Amino acid sequence: MSTNPTDRSFLRMAVGHPAFVLGFVLSALFIALALVSFIWTPFDPTRLDIAGKLKGPSLTHWFGTDHFGRDMFSMIMVGARVSIAVAFVAVGIGMIVGVPLGLYAAARRGSLLDEIIMRGNDLVFAFPSLLLAIMITAVFGPGSVNAIIAIGIFNVPVFARLARGAALSLWTRDFVLAARVAGKTKARISAEHILPNIANLLIVQGTIQFSLAILAEAALAYVGLGAQPPLPSWGRMLADAQTLISLAPHMALFPGFAIIVTVLGLNLLGDGLRDLFDPRLRRGR
Amino acid sequence: MTAYLLRRLLSLSLSLVAASLVIFLVMEVVPGDPASFMMGINADPQAVAALRTQLGLDQPLPLRYLGWISGLLQGDFGISYTYRVPVSELIAERVVISLPLTLYALALSTLIAFPAGILAASRRNSASDLSVMGATQLGVAIPNFWFAMILVLVFAVNLRWFSAGGFPGWEAGFWPAMKALTLPAIALALPQASILARVMRSSLIDTLNEDFMRTARAKGLSRGQALRRHALRNALIPVLTIIGLQFSFLLAGGIIIENVFYLPGLGRLAFQAITQRDLIVVRSVVILLVFAVIVVTFLVDLAYAAADPRLRRRRT
Repeated sequence: MSTNPTDRSFLRMAVGHPAFVLGFVLSALFIALALVSFIWTPFDPTRLDIAGKLKGPSLTHWFGTDHFGRDMFSMIMVGARVSIAVAFVAVGIGMIVGVPLGLYAAARRGSLLDEIIMRGNDLVFAFPSLLLAIMITAVFGPGSVNAIIAIGIFNVPVFARLARGAALSLWTRDFVLAARVAGKTKARISAEHILPNIANLLIVQGTIQFSLAILAEAALAYVGLGAQPPLPSWGRMLADAQTLISLAPHMALFPGFAIIVTVLGLNLLGDGLRDLFDPRLRRGR
Repeated sequence: MTAYLLRRLLSLSLSLVAASLVIFLVMEVVPGDPASFMMGINADPQAVAALRTQLGLDQPLPLRYLGWISGLLQGDFGISYTYRVPVSELIAERVVISLPLTLYALALSTLIAFPAGILAASRRNSASDLSVMGATQLGVAIPNFWFAMILVLVFAVNLRWFSAGGFPGWEAGFWPAMKALTLPAIALALPQASILARVMRSSLIDTLNEDFMRTARAKGLSRGQALRRHALRNALIPVLTIIGLQFSFLLAGGIIIENVFYLPGLGRLAFQAITQRDLIVVRSVVILLVFAVIVVTFLVDLAYAAADPRLRRRRT
């Protein structure tokens, strides 16, 4: 246990924040499903059983079976793994590329490079993201890796802009001035003083971007450009369900619920963290 | 205002040039030669070479870029590899579906979001605020293509109020066409309405805390009067930004929804062109959409500057 009093009050406040708790539980549930799927699923998610196809939910098949008789619950568990992996790496790319760009632009505010970085960001924002993601995956081949790149690219300007904006206001603060007087370089100040102070913001935005990436991955997989068979994915399960919607609505309902619960959980977690990190909002509650 | 306008116009044209360059270069690195793709795998190499010349594919890169741009400026987008008709015709056919769909969805989203956001903000922390916030949390978490499938299941398969997809064309009359666009528009509008309602609420809450609102109340206006006369107009600026962004997002975002409902719109055209490697169509649709985004952003900025002189000063 931490002995830091601020940590303990943070924990106490977190427990008393219903949206945060709900978000945390839902997100944890989804991560747990994905982790457990590595060692155990009720059935082999790739095992076909044509005789037992299109069965509704039952005690053996909790979420029913699909048009090939595969167990939907097992497929959703493994699908969670794919969603997490794609979204996590895509947001990671956005942070790793975007945050240094934003910090650099803030440290050299008004320079040519700052201008180029910011206009470049505007340009990426102007592109219809889903269309571009579809284009990238269609051109370079469908699959998880290209889906990650396609989603990751659009996360770069999000983090660059956020990091720059937050860093700019910090550069006017006294403690940064003190560090400059002490002779630290701009790069060191960015890494040692600016970055830790904007970490909270980045974590909150990261949670939101994570949920957006899960939605984007599902959309790509839905049009057949995400993870490829036999790997189950939520988006493709929905695509399979579409033609059978009147015959077997459960095929559409459960993967949809999985996406909604996950995205809802991550969004609530992000909102909760924002409230908890921001002392002004905390007092206002 | 003139200086501001000129500065914004310059940056607008620079963005357009940059965007067109990016699109052109991305299309260049795309693997696969359109000519051999059109002729099939067993094509005679000589015939492929002739087609390459005919399509202008053997010219140097800068020349082809300039050729493309000058064509665009004259409304000539080139000839589609797969449809063998001018791309401008294809786009014109599709825009008359995608644009009304976008406007329909935007109208629905605004009609839902404004009352919801205003209600939530004016009764902050009440039960109605909590339900609006809960509903919008759910609204942004629902993938629109899944929502579209559920709408089809309920309203087309079970209730038979709407058809499950397809478009009769505007020749069939205004109402039948609008009816075919209704479910897609609802599916598109749901997440947008949720985002818009949240922005409306938080923007209005910020405005309600301003000093001039206290003054308005102090001079004897009721809560409702102060809200209508002073708060709403001031709260609209961030809301307008989001509406502008949503317009362009919806125009392009229809790509998936148009596929769910088999609507022959721009998104479906782009999607089919991507899978068929019809690069001329792809790059035309993409540049058109990027153009729309940039121009809409520009117009929204202008609308602010006209409304709020403080915003005319150079951004820092």
